[in-house]
Amino acid sequence: MKVRRILATMGKHTLLVVLSILFAFPFVWLISTPLKPDAEVMRNPPVWIPSHFQFDNFWKAMNFEGDKLGYIPFLVYGRNTVVLCLLTVLGLVISNALVAYGFAKFRFPGRNLFFILTLATMMIPFPVLMVPTFSLFRAMDWVGTYRPLWVPAWFGSGFSIFLLRQFFKTIPNELSEAARIDGASEFAIFFEVVLPLCKPALAVVALFGFMGTWNDFLGPLIYLLDQKQFTLGLGLQAFQSQHGGTPFSLQMAATSIVILPVVILFIFMQRLLVQGIAVTGIK
Amino acid sequence: MNARREAMYGYLFTLPWMIGMSVFMLYPVVASCWYSFCDYSVLKPPMWIGLANYQELFQDEVFWQATRNTLVFAMLSLPLSTVVALALAVLLNGKVRGQSVYRALFFMPSLVPVVPVAVLWFWLFNGDHGIINVMLHSMHIPTVNWMSNPAYTKWAIVVLTVWGGGNTMLIYLAGLQDVPTSLLEASELDGASGAQRFRHVTVPMISPVILFNVVMGLIGSLQVFAVPYVLWPTGSPERSAYFYAMYLFDNAFKFNKMGYACAMGVLMFLMILVLTLALLKVGERKVHYQDGG
Repeated sequence: MKVRRILATMGKHTLLVVLSILFAFPFVWLISTPLKPDAEVMRNPPVWIPSHFQFDNFWKAMNFEGDKLGYIPFLVYGRNTVVLCLLTVLGLVISNALVAYGFAKFRFPGRNLFFILTLATMMIPFPVLMVPTFSLFRAMDWVGTYRPLWVPAWFGSGFSIFLLRQFFKTIPNELSEAARIDGASEFAIFFEVVLPLCKPALAVVALFGFMGTWNDFLGPLIYLLDQKQFTLGLGLQAFQSQHGGTPFSLQMAATSIVILPVVILFIFMQRLLVQGIAVTGIK
Repeated sequence: MNARREAMYGYLFTLPWMIGMSVFMLYPVVASCWYSFCDYSVLKPPMWIGLANYQELFQDEVFWQATRNTLVFAMLSLPLSTVVALALAVLLNGKVRGQSVYRALFFMPSLVPVVPVAVLWFWLFNGDHGIINVMLHSMHIPTVNWMSNPAYTKWAIVVLTVWGGGNTMLIYLAGLQDVPTSLLEASELDGASGAQRFRHVTVPMISPVILFNVVMGLIGSLQVFAVPYVLWPTGSPERSAYFYAMYLFDNAFKFNKMGYACAMGVLMFLMILVLTLALLKVGERKVHYQDGG
């Protein structure tokens, strides 16, 4: 019996190691390609660990000369993306907290229907909304600006509202009641009593919002026209399609730079992320 | 607080979303339906043409091909992603040494943004120098040209989708932790093998989570866009990688046929609705809810 158990554990770990290699090798290849001397990039058998490291490709990939799109103006695209992410995340956190609190703590006629509609909006595929939303923003003369990408976030999103409402429901009413008796206004109760208790849930919304914006490709593709406005994702795609002939080592350098912030975020926020995702699936 | 004051605050707090939902969700859905019956482009106002867009769609070879491609992709990637994510979760469930390291490794790919994912795999799948073919060749497995052979382009995205399915694994893992150990122990005492326990205890207990993930996966895979768009902007070779959302996007923003694109959008919505309801119907019989609901 004991032997069987040890064998089973060993089998399990062998399987896990094999699977880990399958999941990790793209990352290893991604980082090792730009670090290698050019002669080793396409060598067969493949070189996994470069004989000596070179960092030129990273500098070359980030290089931006004046108005000319040298390779990919990372600093400009990076700044664009970060600004867009900040505006979106700020809007998402503020508006969704307000709305979710309204759903969780106040009774009003039509609330249930309104909430069911909110859940239903999560099922609507983006391509269905694409054309009318574009016409709307075009009529407002917003095409070619960042506004179509971040302004809607300030008006809430079904998913975050749902997530935060579930969280607000778990906060006991006694706290707000006590503050109410002390004469605090409803907004003061919300900002000073309830919100400080909700930091973890707000962090999850912020994190998902950040990743969603960092990840978004279709939105910027529709609304950003000038190359100087591009986000990192859009820039990388343009880089890939315009420089089809560029060495892979350079493309991989560019790709690793775009991925890096997400990896750093993951290292620091792992617990929060894992919990957040677990919550979304279970309810 | 009296009911009127309470209601007032309720409306006040939810006001941003009342506006947001109406302007960015409900209006576009209604407008999409209306435009789908119109000849419409950015250059001129919509003009009512009845069912013409839909009639044209049904005779449009490209539309059918894109629909077929998308359904084939969903049918390949959904079961595979589900099996792999569930298997990984089962392997990591319980006391496993190094669990957090494995979990981080399996989860990490799902965090990588779509464009870098596509660019990375474009290099990995490269016919001559891509590491995948080099490895296959060294193991004497026949290699294929993933990027330019129409028979394999869909498989390429399936592989990439399965690789990026770590977030689903996390949801399964959380679900598995809710399976009462007492049930598993009881069935073990009754002499059930590991496979039997998985089949008759674990799967029924987490079936609601499976259903949820399959529905979300279906909605996502029918909208697949960014990865194929970066890898094959025109859907070549032989349009084998031309998907529904790509054709919709091209109609709206390249060919300036916005009414036509809206008709496609409406049909996509209906397709998602019908398939989701079908899944829920199957789920009704197969899914076990703990509270009996």
